[in-house]
Amino acid sequence: MVPEPLEVVSRRQDTADTWTLELQRPSGDPLAFAPGQFTMLSAGGAGEVPISISGDPDRPDRLVHTVRAVGLATEAICAAEPGRRLAARGPFGEPWPVEQVADGADVVIAAGGIGLAPLRPAILWLLARRERYGRLVLLYGGRSPDQLLYHDELGSWADRGMEVLVTVDSAGPEWLGRVGVVTRLVSRAGLAGGSGFAMACGPEVMMRFTVAALREAGVDGDRVFVSMERNMQCGIGHCGHCQLGPTLVCRDGPVYRWSELEPWLAIREL
Amino acid sequence: MQTIDELIAAAPVFDGLAREQLELIAGCGSNEHVEEGALLLREGEPANRYFLIRRGSVALEVHMPGRGPLRIETLDPGDAVGLSWLFEPYRWQLDARALEPCDVIGFDAVCLRGKIEADHELGYQLMRRFASNLVDRLQATRLQLLDVYGRDRASA
Repeated sequence: MVPEPLEVVSRRQDTADTWTLELQRPSGDPLAFAPGQFTMLSAGGAGEVPISISGDPDRPDRLVHTVRAVGLATEAICAAEPGRRLAARGPFGEPWPVEQVADGADVVIAAGGIGLAPLRPAILWLLARRERYGRLVLLYGGRSPDQLLYHDELGSWADRGMEVLVTVDSAGPEWLGRVGVVTRLVSRAGLAGGSGFAMACGPEVMMRFTVAALREAGVDGDRVFVSMERNMQCGIGHCGHCQLGPTLVCRDGPVYRWSELEPWLAIREL
Repeated sequence: MQTIDELIAAAPVFDGLAREQLELIAGCGSNEHVEEGALLLREGEPANRYFLIRRGSVALEVHMPGRGPLRIETLDPGDAVGLSWLFEPYRWQLDARALEPCDVIGFDAVCLRGKIEADHELGYQLMRRFASNLVDRLQATRLQLLDVYGRDRASA
């Protein structure tokens, strides 16, 4: 419950409004987390916000966060230079089910915009155990080429055995990649369905249509997982601000099995 | 070497058509090679040909005065390039540019329109498939218009 001070070790600008910060405990002790978990992060008195962890779960010596500056709290976090201290509570939340993926199964990762950040730990976890799985496919959509995250890493993930399909909503003639919405990548990927797993994160409307496309391609709704965002404040299921149907996103999520979440998402008032 | 009716049988837009129907369509088609940067379709021109991509990728573009081409979608092998050939007034509404050297099957749309006028079952089957393609692209366009990746999230 008590925020813990963490020192900014490095800070890198990813896009015009997004930064990746590496943090560590002043003692240097590791801070273990599971892919998909988040922390409640704050910089000074600017307020506390839930931020997904985007680092490598096999490297708990560094806590990595990719943060988009969209308000007072996140602008203060993004402005934190190396040497400065931030405060964090956590890690919290249910993780991506990477341990449940059966040997030999195909895994599809569908990310939209900054939704790639919470999926990055799952990608790194799967790639570190690449020999266990069938196809690993990343479907990544962004608004425009200059807003794509982790440019440098996408190629290395492909080199390590992941099929990386990237698309943007619009682009000028200098962009040589795909243009179109991320849902259309599902048919491009030639998925076999069957026993495959899928994990999706991005704007809710993007996830809704992407999951529909994945299910049309034969992926079972029980093996589709999504990461949800609601108004998380306490992070430990006490305040109730992040209620979604009978669940609290901070405690029971942010990662949910799609088939369990779908009935609640159909209720527009929630 | 595969014949054109065999080549087009694998394309989603012709999926499930009878052999005789594929042969009728193939009779209006020919194998073509398109160089990188070449325009396959040009906005405003008569829609008298359309294409099926066999190899390479093609961009659909809108020319913006003062800004040049704005790329709105890219198409891959198996995709049809051009839908307006089937709908009056038979004029292209976008440019289509080869992003790399492409192998395509080019169809004479006037030839094919004549065949579907004479064979309404073939016309219905083609209309069904191209209309489905249109619905997919309309839905994709709506999602693009929503601009779902706007500045509304700090971290997903």
